[in-house]
Amino acid sequence: MTQGFLVTNRSVRWFLFTLALFTAVIAFGSEASGTGIFSTSLVKTLGKTLCLCLIAVAMDVVWGYCGILSLGHFAFFGIGGYAIGMWLMYGRTEGIVMTSLANQTIPPTPQEVSDAIGGQIFGVVGSSEFPLIWSFAHSLPLQLLMVVLVPGLLALVFGWLAFRSRVTGVYLSILTQAMTLALSLYLFQNDSGLRGNNGLSGLQNIPGFEQTSQATISLVFFLASAAALALGYVLFAWVVAGKMGSVIMGIRDNEARVRFLGYRVEGYKLFVFTLTAIVSGIAGALYYPQAGIINPAEIAPIASIYLAVWVAIGGRGRLYGAVIGAALVSLLSSWFTGGGAPDVNLGLYRIQWTDWWLVLLGLSFVCVTLFFPKGIGGLFDYLVRKPS
Amino acid sequence: MRGSALKDRATHRGQTSTADARLFKGSGFRRAQTRARIRGGRQTTGDDILKTFITRGLLASAAITAATSMASAQDCADPIKVGILHSLSGSMAISETTLKDVMLMLIEEQNAKGGLLGCQIEPIVVDPASDWPLFAEKARELLTVENVDVIFGNWTSVSRKSVLPVLEELNGLLFYPVQYEGEESSKNVFYTGAAPNQQAIPAVDYFLEELGVEKFALLGTDYVYPRTTNNILQAYLMDHGISEEDIFVNYTPFGQSDWATIVGDVVKLGEDGKQVGVISTINGDANIGFYKELAAANVSADDIPVVAFSVGEEELSGLDTSNLVGHLAAWNYFMSADTPENADFIEKWHAYIGDDKRVTNDPMEAHYIGFNMWVQAVEAAGTTDVDAVSDAMIGQTFPNLTGTTAEMLPNHHLTKPVLIGEIRADGQFDIISQTEPVPGDAWTDFLPESAVLESDWKDLKCGMYNTETKTCVQMTSNY
Amino acid sequence: MLRILAAFCLALGLVTGAQAQDLQPVLQAHADDITKPSRGTIGTTLDALVDSGLPQVTPFLEAWTDKGIWQREADSVFFYGRAQGADLTLTDIDTGTVTEVPKSGYTELRPNGGVRRVIGTALVQFQLSDPDIARRLSAIDSLARRPDAEQLEPLLASIDGEPDAALKARKIQLANFLSASFAPAPADRIAAIESLSDDTSIEARAVLNQILATTPYVGTAAPDGNVARILTVGDDLSADDAYSRLVAANIAPPAIPSTAIRDALAANIIDGGVGDVPLAQLGTTAARDRAYATLATAGTVPPRLTDQGRADAVASHIFAEIYVEDDPAITDAAHAALSSVETRVAAERFADLALDALSLASIYFLAAIGLAITFGVMGVINMAHGEFIMMGAYTGYVVQQFVPDYTLSIVVALPLAFAITFGAGVTMERLVIRHLYHRPLETLLATFGISIALQQLAKNIFGTQARPLTSPGWLDGALVLSDVVQISYIRIAIFVLALLFLGLILFILKRTRLGLEVRAVTQNPGMAASMGIDPDRINMMTFGLGSGIAGIAGVAIGLYAKVTSEMGADYIVQSFMTVVVGGVGNVWGTLAGATLIGFLQKGIEFLNPSNTLAAQTYMVLFIILFIQFRPKGIVAQKGRAAAD
Repeated sequence: MTQGFLVTNRSVRWFLFTLALFTAVIAFGSEASGTGIFSTSLVKTLGKTLCLCLIAVAMDVVWGYCGILSLGHFAFFGIGGYAIGMWLMYGRTEGIVMTSLANQTIPPTPQEVSDAIGGQIFGVVGSSEFPLIWSFAHSLPLQLLMVVLVPGLLALVFGWLAFRSRVTGVYLSILTQAMTLALSLYLFQNDSGLRGNNGLSGLQNIPGFEQTSQATISLVFFLASAAALALGYVLFAWVVAGKMGSVIMGIRDNEARVRFLGYRVEGYKLFVFTLTAIVSGIAGALYYPQAGIINPAEIAPIASIYLAVWVAIGGRGRLYGAVIGAALVSLLSSWFTGGGAPDVNLGLYRIQWTDWWLVLLGLSFVCVTLFFPKGIGGLFDYLVRKPS
Repeated sequence: MRGSALKDRATHRGQTSTADARLFKGSGFRRAQTRARIRGGRQTTGDDILKTFITRGLLASAAITAATSMASAQDCADPIKVGILHSLSGSMAISETTLKDVMLMLIEEQNAKGGLLGCQIEPIVVDPASDWPLFAEKARELLTVENVDVIFGNWTSVSRKSVLPVLEELNGLLFYPVQYEGEESSKNVFYTGAAPNQQAIPAVDYFLEELGVEKFALLGTDYVYPRTTNNILQAYLMDHGISEEDIFVNYTPFGQSDWATIVGDVVKLGEDGKQVGVISTINGDANIGFYKELAAANVSADDIPVVAFSVGEEELSGLDTSNLVGHLAAWNYFMSADTPENADFIEKWHAYIGDDKRVTNDPMEAHYIGFNMWVQAVEAAGTTDVDAVSDAMIGQTFPNLTGTTAEMLPNHHLTKPVLIGEIRADGQFDIISQTEPVPGDAWTDFLPESAVLESDWKDLKCGMYNTETKTCVQMTSNY
Repeated sequence: MLRILAAFCLALGLVTGAQAQDLQPVLQAHADDITKPSRGTIGTTLDALVDSGLPQVTPFLEAWTDKGIWQREADSVFFYGRAQGADLTLTDIDTGTVTEVPKSGYTELRPNGGVRRVIGTALVQFQLSDPDIARRLSAIDSLARRPDAEQLEPLLASIDGEPDAALKARKIQLANFLSASFAPAPADRIAAIESLSDDTSIEARAVLNQILATTPYVGTAAPDGNVARILTVGDDLSADDAYSRLVAANIAPPAIPSTAIRDALAANIIDGGVGDVPLAQLGTTAARDRAYATLATAGTVPPRLTDQGRADAVASHIFAEIYVEDDPAITDAAHAALSSVETRVAAERFADLALDALSLASIYFLAAIGLAITFGVMGVINMAHGEFIMMGAYTGYVVQQFVPDYTLSIVVALPLAFAITFGAGVTMERLVIRHLYHRPLETLLATFGISIALQQLAKNIFGTQARPLTSPGWLDGALVLSDVVQISYIRIAIFVLALLFLGLILFILKRTRLGLEVRAVTQNPGMAASMGIDPDRINMMTFGLGSGIAGIAGVAIGLYAKVTSEMGADYIVQSFMTVVVGGVGNVWGTLAGATLIGFLQKGIEFLNPSNTLAAQTYMVLFIILFIQFRPKGIVAQKGRAAAD
């Protein structure tokens, strides 16, 4: 099935080929491979960008194909990050604590070990007790399961409630926004059990690999992110290509008609919403070990809006569009805000892009929605003259 | 405003030249760049890491043999680089942009004096945009791509915690200028702001002894600094005979604007006839609404005094202070300090920023002390090598702006005098109490689990040393 | 204190004789204390000053509290001083000679708040009957802050001669408070206490609570004295608390914490084990307890208290609270008065909470009402609505830069903010929104783009620092109904403004030609167009109106909170929720939504007062659930808006 689908789908093959080429070039040039053409921080940035591309692809499926403008997908991304972060933090702290306690004359009791780890992790919020949600933090497989389960379940419950009540369109957007707002407000609380505003930090240190250099770790995560993007892309391309894809796009174009044709619209929507939430969670779990820190500000409503911006600029309804949009806008963003762009001297006034980048982004966004609703991907279509 | 924009432009020009190359580590790209220096005005053709290394080695040996007193500017193939890691956009830009300007001013001043070790100092400004993960990313870039010798930066604790693992991994050096909650001491960080015992505890003592406060309202923004500080204060107050019912704690989100109920709750505390005092760790913008509501409720400083740890001259400039006269703030520096050093500093600042209305504040003084101490330490060590400079830092002294001397302690904290100021109608503070310099304490004595810990990077070489078990708990710091 | 009084009388009697004497030598004798005063030590100095009986003392003390005393550094002589720029006008304390000097070489004395309060108390006697009402007021304030038994007599004496009616009432009230606590005859005290039973002021409650202050009692025998209550272990206090009271009273030994056990074991390791337990096995609590018990039997360490022992110790003691006041008649009266006051206070507190909620609701309503028109009536999602609020607030700030009079500046700012945001709204409608009427989701994204551009523009123009927007003097302060129920005038103004807008919008929509056309276009644009209404023009006007109202809301919100480039973003999500919860397409719906959210938030805050963030979280969760079950909002709408 998949093979046949790959053969018939030219754009997927092109995408996979480009991605593989790109990955190979970066991997070859990374510090870990010995050539050192690309710095570790660049590899980390690119690795993170790949994760953002993955969630953008998910967003494209839910919005561009299914017509649900979710302004809350970054909540799932964040949950994935928190889930993996809990294990990373617990594992690293456990290592430190065990070394320190080994110096004691009397072997520590389990209670003392747990208190010491808790004290290290929750010291910043003035507590040393493990909240219930940390029950599985000691086990990598269980936490990995959480990466998939928690976003999936949340999306399932939320989607079921929302779609059942036929909340659609703008209302649904605001509702999803409220969801991510509630989650970030909850996590901002110090007694949320996830260290409040501090979030989880030091995530770039992988327990058990203390001696491995960041150059190697960053390369491994880069490769993993590339693989995840490739898999995710193929999965979604397959989902939207088949008969189900037609139904999904039908829902986008006219929900009522699809329902009258006898399809269970809610079921399809729920499936798409949940599946994309799970993929977002996985993307987050790969992203935050590269970023090193996750905190509630990451899932503030604005992040999810930016996600929609990427997809819109890249071009909705075409998966590679989402990838282009996410990669281009997020990299440009860091280039401009990092002071990388040269100033423009207008004689009377000198434009500094750190100050003006957001103005430019905002306005270009208006232009894209007004004049190029198909985004950059649409331009690409035009150039390639691909029959649509 | 307009003046500062001019300066901004100048800095970004310099920053651009270096940042262009940041994506590529190889030197080939960089050599091709024509690099306009910010204030040095010289052109360099290349900056091979190897070359830097050799130059520094030579400089170090030169210093050791004391053959030459100072290498002349021509010998300096590569300027000394100082990374400035302050948010220039986003929510923290409000506070941090000023610190970036202060750093540029201090560097310009040092360059005018002939630079450091015969080299010009080149500031590398990056913008982490109030985005905590971005702090870690930018710190990594500064240390690996730009190869800076030292970083001055950060404001919030969470941004510091984000940068810490990177600093410790790559052995960088950070000067952190803001008052913070303590409970940390990293080999790679010098804390030039106040630890809780240099701000919070003396202020509470003042409340207890001078104002006779018997009931406390601890109001704070919900994040690590207020939480930890309030935990420490709660333990401290209970040690001093204040019962738990007499301590009211409230946390509000960032940017809280609806204060009517909370102010009402505080006023209500007075119903058992005890003197009430408010200890505020409310951060940033939220203060504006809080003080407006206090004024509206006619709560005068004589009835319920408020001492704030995050409200300085800068924050008050956004407020009409006529209703706030008499409320208090505790800092290690006030702009109104009457010393020649301070007058000189303010004059330079006004000249640099081109605006006589701009105020100075406590973290600016921290950078002033930190930068000058770092310069002294580099001169003492004869190199900018992080380990050598770190060792030379301990024991450095430098006159602060309030008439006493700051000393860098083995726990990487400074000695600082504690000043308590009363708000004046013009938005400045009347200093009504000033202590002798207090040594900063990394681990508080008032929480049982921290009381046994000690930090000493000179003899014990450990930032988290358990004095009971006589072992080093961990070499890296908590993050 | 009596001494002070005596000295005061003496001073009055010997006015002529005292005139010759100078205050400066007395001050110099205490110069150190005066330059660096502390609340604890200032008493002796003050006594000495008052004892000197000099008439200069009162003005000196008054000037001292007002930071009007300067000291010459060279010879530490004190002067009255007034600084003007770099110059200083000095007045000699005794002779009144005026000199002009440069400021350098002189220091201003700055007594801290605590010291000022002590000085204020010392001044009370001199000021209570002063002809200047300001002095009498300050005396009364000092008295209220530090009530003192000694002050009752002079206060009572000053009541009859008080010409100002309000001040007289206040003096009587204070005299009542003082009598309740300090009157010599119990009957007087009880009478005073009973008169407090309908006074809900904080001061009255403070007086009653202080009379009812208790000390804890622990012992085997029944307590003597005026017993407040006997505490039952289990009901009134937990067994742990009871035991810690025993420990505090040195009756029982403190419990041994687990760390102490560990340390004791570590200190007693013999032959790789403690007692009969080998070292390697000490990693569990049970093994440690066993090893510790062995040590305790051997007498090396104090024995560990068993749970049984603890329970026995607690059971064999009586725990009680005893009034500090010995007279049961007085405490009974105070108790009765307090409980009657507290019933009233509870009711008033509820009223206050309702007022706060109402005020919050009106702020939400004001922020959302513009949106109720653009989103609610037209169905246009305008993410830049928050930025229109911000533009309005900055307009207010800019106007205040040019018009220094606060009242006038607000009067100018309100219409100007309307005009500017109206213009911005119309421009945006013409350039962007017009082209996206059939693509609501894209309107959302395009207006979001405008929102971030506007926000950054504001940052570039005004900087990131919060800007002051000062309300006129007549909006300062609060409407005080009692010490419990009060609301600031600015919030009342916002409430009134919100009501005005509600009325205005209802009037426009229901009673004007424009409103008729708006409703027509909303219900059926095609039909409206065929009736000769220009839908383009109507949409433009409606959008402009909604935006303009946001601008005015911005001025109001800026007055009560802050003006920053991010203030709009703070309100946008809330505003959308207000409109959605209330029900789209209906101004009444927005009102209902704002009311619901305001009251809900205050209600949750009331239940959990120490965590405002939690209140906001639960509120958003509630809204999510609410929309699930009532997707069309409180006031559901029919028609075009209801279709999607």
